[in-house]
Amino acid sequence: MIKGARGLAAAALAVGIIAAHPELPDAGAMKLGYVELADDPRYANRGEHSGIVFTDLGRPYQGSQVALEDARAIGRVIGVEVSMEKSTSKSLDELAQRISDWEASDSIRFILADLPAAALKDLARRLVDRPITLFNISAPDDSLRGADCANNVLHTYPSEAMLSDALMQYLVAKGWLQILVLQGPAPEDAAMVAALQRSAKKFRANIVETRPFLLTNDPRNREQTNIVLMTGGVRYDVVYVADSSGEFGRYVSYETSLPRPVVGSAGLVPTAWSWSWDRDAAVQLQHRYEKVSPPRRMNGADWAAWEAVKAVTQAVMRTRSTDFDAVKAFLLSDKLTLDTVKGNPGSFRAWDHQLRAPVLLSAADAVIERAPLPQYLHQTNVLDTLGVDAPETACRF
Amino acid sequence: MKTRRRIILPALVLALVLSAQARAKDTGYVFVSHEKTNNIAVIDPKQDYKIIKWIPTSHRPRDMKFRDDHRLLYVACGDDDVIDVIDVATLKVADHIPTGPSPEMFDLSRDGRALYVSNEEGSSVQEISIADKIIVREIATGAEPEGIAMSRDGKTLYVTSEVTDMVHVVDAEAGVVTDNIVVGTRPRRLLLLPDGKQLWVSNELSGQVSVIDRAANRISTTLDFLPPGFRQVDVTPVGMTMTRDGKSAIVALGRANHVAFVDTATRKVEDYVLVGSRAWGVALSPDEKTLYVANGLSDDLSIVDMESHKAIRAVPVGRVPHSVLVDD
Repeated sequence: MIKGARGLAAAALAVGIIAAHPELPDAGAMKLGYVELADDPRYANRGEHSGIVFTDLGRPYQGSQVALEDARAIGRVIGVEVSMEKSTSKSLDELAQRISDWEASDSIRFILADLPAAALKDLARRLVDRPITLFNISAPDDSLRGADCANNVLHTYPSEAMLSDALMQYLVAKGWLQILVLQGPAPEDAAMVAALQRSAKKFRANIVETRPFLLTNDPRNREQTNIVLMTGGVRYDVVYVADSSGEFGRYVSYETSLPRPVVGSAGLVPTAWSWSWDRDAAVQLQHRYEKVSPPRRMNGADWAAWEAVKAVTQAVMRTRSTDFDAVKAFLLSDKLTLDTVKGNPGSFRAWDHQLRAPVLLSAADAVIERAPLPQYLHQTNVLDTLGVDAPETACRF
Repeated sequence: MKTRRRIILPALVLALVLSAQARAKDTGYVFVSHEKTNNIAVIDPKQDYKIIKWIPTSHRPRDMKFRDDHRLLYVACGDDDVIDVIDVATLKVADHIPTGPSPEMFDLSRDGRALYVSNEEGSSVQEISIADKIIVREIATGAEPEGIAMSRDGKTLYVTSEVTDMVHVVDAEAGVVTDNIVVGTRPRRLLLLPDGKQLWVSNELSGQVSVIDRAANRISTTLDFLPPGFRQVDVTPVGMTMTRDGKSAIVALGRANHVAFVDTATRKVEDYVLVGSRAWGVALSPDEKTLYVANGLSDDLSIVDMESHKAIRAVPVGRVPHSVLVDD
C-alpha cells in the first residue's frame, strides 16, 4: 500500500519546486568551472594497496556535484540558472587555454581547482589579471597561504597548519606533550613535520626526536623499518607518523615499543571530513553524497569541493547578483556565514583567503574530537586558533 | 454479601478505568524525546519532576504532537522511518505509521486526519493519511526540510529547507509550492503567531529569527540575539514557543546555552536565561508559569520559572534530548 502511494508521489514530485519568485529580477546564470589534471600524481596509487581500498582518496568532483544540486534548487527560486563545466586536462597549458575559452564563451568566473600546489600556483599566476577566482579544494600546502599566496585563490581545503594545530590542541589538552616523530621520505611527509614543529612551538609541546622510516624489507635497514626498534630507546607520550604513502602508518599502532597512542597520518588523524562525523547535519550530507557517488564515502577534498560551490551559491543568493566583483566581495566579507556542517559557520580569512572551518580528529570509525577545542580562546574568532593568524602571515596580496 | 461484592467489583474497575482516562487528559506531564536512547521520558511536575515512565519507542524519536483530544501522542522516529503512536492513557506505543526517509518534524491537518511530515533525507514533505496509513501526497522541497507548520485555517503549509535557506509556502489543498521565501542561513523551526499575520523562522547559522509578513510572503524584520559573554557564532537558534496570547515568545539559542524572551509587539529581546548545553526544544506548562528546555548536549531538562526568569533546576533525562511537549 505504501509502495503504491510512493509511486504516485513520484509523479507529484516531478512538478517540483516552483520557478522564480514573481517579484525577483532575472539575475541570469551562475556557471562554475572545475579543473583537474589527468595525470595528477596524488591520485596515481592512493588509498589502495594490493587491490584493497583502505582510504577514500578519490577525486573530489562528486563533492561539488552534491552542492551543485542544492545550488540548482536555490537558483530556480532566485532566478539564476546554475551549471558547471569540467575539464580534465593533460597539461597546465591545456588547462589555462580551457579556462580562457570558458571565460570568453560562458563567462565562467569561479573555478574549483583540484590541483597539486605547484600547478595551482602556476595557474594562479597565469590568470592574475583575469576576472577569475580559483578555489583550492585539495592542496594543504602552507606555502599557498603564505609566501606563494595569490589574490585570485580562495582555499576551502584546510592548510597543513590548521590540520596540525587541530591535532596539537588535542595532544596538549590531553597532556601528551612529548612527541616521537616517524617521518617518511616524501616531500609531503617533510611538510607535515614542518607544520607539526610549528604547532608544537605554538601550543608548547615537545618533539623528542624525529626518526626517518623507509619502505623496504632490506634487513640492513632495520633501524628504519622495524617499528619496535624505531620506537625504542626513548621516552614519549605519543607517536606522530608522517606517512603520505599510507603503507607504513597503518602498521604502527600496537607495534610501538612503549604502549602509546599513534597520531598523524594514522591512528588519530586531523581531517576536513570523516564519514563517521554524525553531528551538525553531517549524516544528511554524507547520505546525499553517497547517493551521487556509490560506493565511496566523502573525504576531506570532497568536503572542500562541496563547500566551494556552497560559498559561491551563498554569495549569489545573498547579493542577488552574479556580478563577479559583487560575488567576490561578499565571499571575502564578514557577512558570509557558511554552513561547514561541523558546527561553527565558515568565512574566509582576509589575510590569506583560507576558509575558517573546524577540523575533525578522526580515528578509524569515530570522530574523537572537533577542533578548535573549547579551552582554546581567541580575541575575535575561535576558528583562528587553527592555522596561521593575521599577525604571523607571510602572505602579501 | 458475596453476590453484592461481585457486582460492586466490576463497577469499581469501570470507575478506575474512567478515572484513568480522565487522568490521561490535562495531566501536565512533560514528554521528552531522546535521539540516542530511543525513548521518551514522562515527567510529572506534581511529583517533584519525577520521571514516572520511560516509553521505549522506535529509533531516534524527535518531534512530538498530540492528537486534538490528547489521547494519542504522535512521535516522529527518524531512524526507523515511522511515526510511533502512543496511547497517552497507558503511556505505551500502540501503533506505527510508516513515513518516508528520516522523518524529523511534522504537523497535523486541522481535521486531525492527516500528518504532514518533513523527511530530512528525502527532500520532500509527505501528507500521510492517519487512518489508512497511506502516503497521500508528496511535495518536493529543498534539501533537508525541517520546520513545518500548518496555518490555523488549514490552507497553508510552511516548510523550511535547511540547505537551500528558504521557507516553502505550500497550498495545502492543491499540494503545490506557491512561493519560496529566502531567509537566513540554515532555517530550522517555525512559529505561527496568533495574529495570523506573522511567521517566525529560526535561522541556526546566521543566528537570527526572520519575521515573515504572511500577506506578502516577505521578511519584515530580523531579530538578532547576543546573550552576555557569548559571540555571534555561538548563537544558533532552533526551538521556539510562545505564550497562548502570543505576547511573549521564547527562542532557544542552541550553543549559546541560553533562551531568549522576546516581546512580540516591540520585537525586543527582554531577557536571556542561562540553561543547559545546546538548548533546542522548548515548551510551556499549562499555566504558563514554567518553561521546559531540552538541552541536547548536557542530557537534561532545564526548568525555568517564567516570573523570575531563572532556571530553578535541571532534571537529568536520556541521551540527546530533542523535543519537549507538555500535556495541557
